[in-house]
Amino acid sequence: MKQFETVIGLEVHVELATKTKIFCSCSTEFGGEPNSHTCPVCTGMPGSLPVLNKQVVEYAIAVGLATNCKITQNCKFDRKNYFYPDNPQNYQISQLYLPICRDGWIEVETEDGGKKKVGIHEIHMEEDAGKLIHDEWGENSLVDFNRSGVPLIEIVSEPDMRSADEVIAYLEKLRLMIQYLGASDCKLQEGSMRADVNLSVREAGTEEFGTRTEMKNLNSFKAIRRAIEGERERQIDLIEAGEKVVQETRRWDDAKEYSYAMRSKEDAQDYRYFPEPDLVPVIISDEWLQEIKSRQPELRTEKLERYKKEFQIPEYDANIITSNKRLADIFEETTAICKNPKKVSNWLMVETMRLLKEHEMEPEQITFSPENLAKLIQLTDDRAINSSVAKEVFEKIFAEDIDPEAYVEENGLKTVSDDGALRSTIEKVIADNPQSVEDYHNGKKKAIGFLVGQTMKAMQGKADPAMVNQILAELLN
Amino acid sequence: MSLMGLTAVSLGKKIKAGEVSAIEAVQEALASIHEKEDVVNSFVTVEEERALKRAKEVQKGIEDGTYTGALAGVPVAIKDNMCTKGVLTTCSSKILENYIPAFSSEAVLRLEKAGAIILGKTNMDEFAMGSTTETSAFGTTKNPWNIGHVPGGSSGGSCAAVAAEECSYALGSDTGGSIRQPSSFCGVTGMKPTYGTVSRYGLIAYGSSLDQIGPVAKDVTDCAVILETIAAHDKKDSTSVERKDCDFTSALKDDVKGMKIGIPRDYFGDGLDAEVREKVMDAAKTLEAKGAVVEEFDLSLVEYAIPAYYVIACAEASSNLARFDGVKYGFRTDEYDGLHNMYKKTRSEGFGAEVKRRIMLGSFVLSSGYYDAYYLKALRTKALIKQAFDKAFSQYDMILAPAAPTTAPRLGDSLNDPIKMYLGDIYTISVNLAGLPGISLPCGKDSKGLPIGLQLIGNCFEEKKIIQAAYAFELTREYEHCPLAAGK
Repeated sequence: MKQFETVIGLEVHVELATKTKIFCSCSTEFGGEPNSHTCPVCTGMPGSLPVLNKQVVEYAIAVGLATNCKITQNCKFDRKNYFYPDNPQNYQISQLYLPICRDGWIEVETEDGGKKKVGIHEIHMEEDAGKLIHDEWGENSLVDFNRSGVPLIEIVSEPDMRSADEVIAYLEKLRLMIQYLGASDCKLQEGSMRADVNLSVREAGTEEFGTRTEMKNLNSFKAIRRAIEGERERQIDLIEAGEKVVQETRRWDDAKEYSYAMRSKEDAQDYRYFPEPDLVPVIISDEWLQEIKSRQPELRTEKLERYKKEFQIPEYDANIITSNKRLADIFEETTAICKNPKKVSNWLMVETMRLLKEHEMEPEQITFSPENLAKLIQLTDDRAINSSVAKEVFEKIFAEDIDPEAYVEENGLKTVSDDGALRSTIEKVIADNPQSVEDYHNGKKKAIGFLVGQTMKAMQGKADPAMVNQILAELLN
Repeated sequence: MSLMGLTAVSLGKKIKAGEVSAIEAVQEALASIHEKEDVVNSFVTVEEERALKRAKEVQKGIEDGTYTGALAGVPVAIKDNMCTKGVLTTCSSKILENYIPAFSSEAVLRLEKAGAIILGKTNMDEFAMGSTTETSAFGTTKNPWNIGHVPGGSSGGSCAAVAAEECSYALGSDTGGSIRQPSSFCGVTGMKPTYGTVSRYGLIAYGSSLDQIGPVAKDVTDCAVILETIAAHDKKDSTSVERKDCDFTSALKDDVKGMKIGIPRDYFGDGLDAEVREKVMDAAKTLEAKGAVVEEFDLSLVEYAIPAYYVIACAEASSNLARFDGVKYGFRTDEYDGLHNMYKKTRSEGFGAEVKRRIMLGSFVLSSGYYDAYYLKALRTKALIKQAFDKAFSQYDMILAPAAPTTAPRLGDSLNDPIKMYLGDIYTISVNLAGLPGISLPCGKDSKGLPIGLQLIGNCFEEKKIIQAAYAFELTREYEHCPLAAGK
């Protein structure tokens, strides 16, 4: 049987985190009443003209620098012409001839633990379109232009990826990098990051590329993985059956796990690109470029090294915490308050991760404040609460960002470290459980665990476990 | 004499002095419009009530010192491709027959800030595509000098309204000669400033890289005052230039001594009407007599300007006009079956023949496989033309030329032969391609009694030089009122 190699290139659209749109001063805020974030410019009214948002250029450059691209210091916008009602001017302002970034690369980790460079062909700036809403009751379609003019960058990779794993590794690296840069929140579900997959297969060992298809509508990493695997199989089946792969755009249906042909190359539109006459060329001076370079935030690799050095936390911890910008931010802010990096890292790696998973949340959705986590750590350091109470309080912090000091106080959760009260409870436990006491004396040292448990139960969990152990040992012996 | 027979500046002085009120001025303009519109058809929309209401406000503002400028209280007409808030703006096209903008163009706002009173919107070639105002969806405008002839275009309505004395002055727009050529045909003075001088915000685009708004008036002084009022850097227009030399009225000096004026031999060859040549050459002699140094030279590349222009302007237009699709505003066809059919029928019924021709031409030159051969080549030609002008301006202060090869053609003679019509733009088009300022002013009439225009072309940002020379030339002749304005 023939062996096939998959060749994959990605086109990734990222919505930039600017406050205003790319060519007007309307808000980019998500949601809002339909057409409430619009003006003559982003609704394409006759006579309106675009004015470029400088922040868009700066974000695009920042992403370009982080992906080792060459920055086009004299770049231009072009018009891409096509008719569709979500596009109020019937052209999109984009970049074709002189995109802002070119010829970059990022390094990703491969399955076998090795490293691989994935080339970035180009990054260009463009505007998003509006959204069509199909009237469920009538025959009409409506259009909401709130998204129209929201700034995007499109990151076009070289066809350097060979598997779904590499694609996911590339996307995760890219997403993390852009989040670190603050250029976008990169949420696939909300569409602030969208990936189109260009895929072809070829016989292993051959140099020539096979015919590729482009797949759209991939809104989760899982969907991307399934789509790649599905499309690879579809193409191999075609080739093995002696048929040809048709160059076309396909739409992935994740529920059915199958892609459908949208349009073939023959009916591909001619976009009649030409230089946008309403905008002047974007001249990026050496000084401006230098200024952006100097403002580049610390990216993950640097942060990871710094955490190990500055906070003395293990590589394993640093790896997990820096895997997400939000986690890293919470880590640094909490550590700054409580000066206990290892404990902060433990709370994030264990309890926070557990709760995120349980609630199917992303770290970006974390709402608790570093102040309250720091207070909780302080309470445990002071042995004011024991670890099981601390976990219970943390769940409250995670859910409602409560003040742990007040909560512990109001709910009477403070550890009882009064020797007298503990001693009398333990005496009662010993008296009530003669069998366990006997077991203990007969060498079953584990029996002490049962007695500790009974004591904690009697104390409603509020006892200081160290003290319980100590008194028990004393009384039993 | 009627108040509309005065220049804008003279009327402004009378209003300021309290000799007449802004209300009287507007009333007289409206009366003149009532009297002549059936014949001339310069306007698409006349806003009578709005103008009278505004006149009262402005008169009050003049009295209380809010409006102090030279144009305060003076009635103006605006070409119908400039957005006016709350007032129909059609571009003389069926596709915008019902379009009322929610904002005003920057040039209009600047005039209003100076106390101008807008009478209405003037007729034009549909979307400024044409040289005769015959492509308007709302009827042809007639030349007030002879109603059997066209007023020129595309700002034919603005120029005819000024010549017919239906308003004191007007705004036009010029993409390939659309202010200068009809000014020449109508015996008025019109100016296209350097690209980027007047904001294009609110001007409904034809060829974005070539379009400029400019004044149409009875004399050079009015043009300088109007341009000074509307020229300003505008953050809303990225192609707007920050200039500190917009004090155009400072150039109103009767002095051409030592000015070097170049006459391109290539502009005086075949195709130029003998009477036009004679009057333009006479004008050159007049300037020479006043102390200017006049010399002939070879500009070169003249024959490439028209093809380059039509490729670039139509390419941009094909994209600029894509937004008129029946979805959001303007005309939509009555019956349709699905989205694509709606697009097709709306645009087929909404656009006129000349607009369709240019959209098709523009779409063709941008299509894949043709882009390099047509569009890129046209851009290179444009750059070469600019170089030829740069070379000329290294030797001359300005270039003197006709505004058009002939006087106004008869109605109906041009549209049958578009190539001939396009060739009529030969002396104006390269000025737009190079982004230069140009002014057209009357320099005589032909044997049929039709006006002839003299064109002076300056280097970029050197409006003042051409204003000064034009002013000095103008002082050698009397302003001639057209027969229609004179009530004949």
